[in-house]
Amino acid sequence: MAEITNSLLLATDMVTAGDSRLAAIVALSLAVSFSATLISCLLGMPLGALLAVGRFPGRRVLVVIFNGLMGLPPVVVGLLVYLLLSRAGPLGQFGLLFTPTAMVIAQTVLITPIVAALTRQVIEDEWREYREQLRSLGASRTRAARTLLWNARFSLFTAALAGFGRAIAEVGAVMIVGGNIDGVTRVMTTTIALETSKGDLPLALALGVILITVVLAINAAAYALRQWAENRWG
Amino acid sequence: MTSTHWLELQGLDLRENGVQIIANATLKVGAGRTAILGPNGAGKSSLLRLMHGLLKPTGGRLIWPQTMTQSMVFQRPVMLRATVLANVDYGLALRGIPAAERREKAIAALHRVGLPELADRPARRLSGGEQQRVALARAWALEPQLLFLDEPTASLDPASSREVERIIGEMAATGTRIVMTTHNLGQARRIAEEVIFLDGGRVLEQTPVEEFFRRPQTTAAQAFLQEEAP
Ligand SMILES: Nc1ncnc2c1ncn2[C@@H]1O[C@H](COP(=O)(O)OP(=O)(O)OP(=O)(O)O)[C@@H](O)[C@H]1O
Ligand SMILES: [Mg+2]
Repeated sequence: MAEITNSLLLATDMVTAGDSRLAAIVALSLAVSFSATLISCLLGMPLGALLAVGRFPGRRVLVVIFNGLMGLPPVVVGLLVYLLLSRAGPLGQFGLLFTPTAMVIAQTVLITPIVAALTRQVIEDEWREYREQLRSLGASRTRAARTLLWNARFSLFTAALAGFGRAIAEVGAVMIVGGNIDGVTRVMTTTIALETSKGDLPLALALGVILITVVLAINAAAYALRQWAENRWG
Repeated sequence: MTSTHWLELQGLDLRENGVQIIANATLKVGAGRTAILGPNGAGKSSLLRLMHGLLKPTGGRLIWPQTMTQSMVFQRPVMLRATVLANVDYGLALRGIPAAERREKAIAALHRVGLPELADRPARRLSGGEQQRVALARAWALEPQLLFLDEPTASLDPASSREVERIIGEMAATGTRIVMTTHNLGQARRIAEEVIFLDGGRVLEQTPVEEFFRRPQTTAAQAFLQEEAP
């Protein structure tokens, strides 16, 4: 018990003192997961919207697949991306393995299905409400998809945050493709895993507290934004 | 009787989920202002949707002697999460009209329905009646040759209703064909030239408006007029 309180005190010291090692780890975590979220929104949102309003062969199959991929285990994604990026793999020539870029790729693969599937649900509801009006005004399906993506922007922000939350909290994928190299590819979750196993609890705890705070703050911001948007735009 | 019609329905059927919504509708529409009347659930909105091309008939066909540009104002207006002006602008943008011209037309349309001061307000936050008028402005801005109106004044106060009737009258005067549904018989009388009476998905009458109100042919129409007009 004493050890835990001691560790907590040390952790608080590190956070308040702005420990540079800690700061670097937090910054890398945020940068990697933010980049992955951005890319998966650019890919997943148009895809999700087309799955919602489109009519093409295989649409239903794709919907089921993306729903299924939402629960993809991070270690499996890590393994697949590892195989792609390893020296002998199809993308081996770029030498990306064990770099932050590899981590961004792995997290993008992990969360794009989440963003796409959530977008599809949101846009499908919108399409039910707006379909006749948009068709009456003469919007094509792709144009309607674009319009509804904008129209649902506040709900889609929540979808993006769900992706970000998943990315920043996962260990398996970044561990495998990043390699957890000190000062290069070490992020919050992988550091927590490593330091805990080494018995260095203060650093692990400090990171744990920061991670929880980041996730809570982001969700609070999302909640506030939705409230505001609902109130302002209806 | 050699009136030139602009739309012909031949044995039009609409079945959905085992429900016969429109049954064997056969008629020619040639009037400049047509009112579709009938009790709740008669199939009025469905018939408008079929004519506008939003629903595909399960039987029969529609014949358009010449193609016409159309717009529709729905029974329940649907607004985008954008300003009132942007909502009117959107339909114009879909027609490929340049931005500067769009803005002018959209503002003119809002003036037309008496809401220019609401241009910058979020459209979904307006009252039902205000949204109805924005929907009318949105349709009006497109300058359609044919305008479908589904109970356009159902949620409007008497003054706004009169205003909307006046706008519809003006549009008709400039050559826009009007097909509307309404539960306001006085309104049908004021606006329409011809009445199509629907009951249970069947077209029971198609008669000039004065005749319909003076001597309804079917007992269903007689009962309808008795109940709707106290
Ligand atoms: N998708 C559907 N499946 C089953 N029944 C339907 C469907 N769409 C409409 N209906 C039924 O068809 C009938 C006609 O509906 P419609 O909305 O055209 O009536 P309406 O004459 O416009 O009525 P109101 O005066 O209440 O607006 C109703 O009984 C309705 O319940
Ligand atoms: Mg109706």
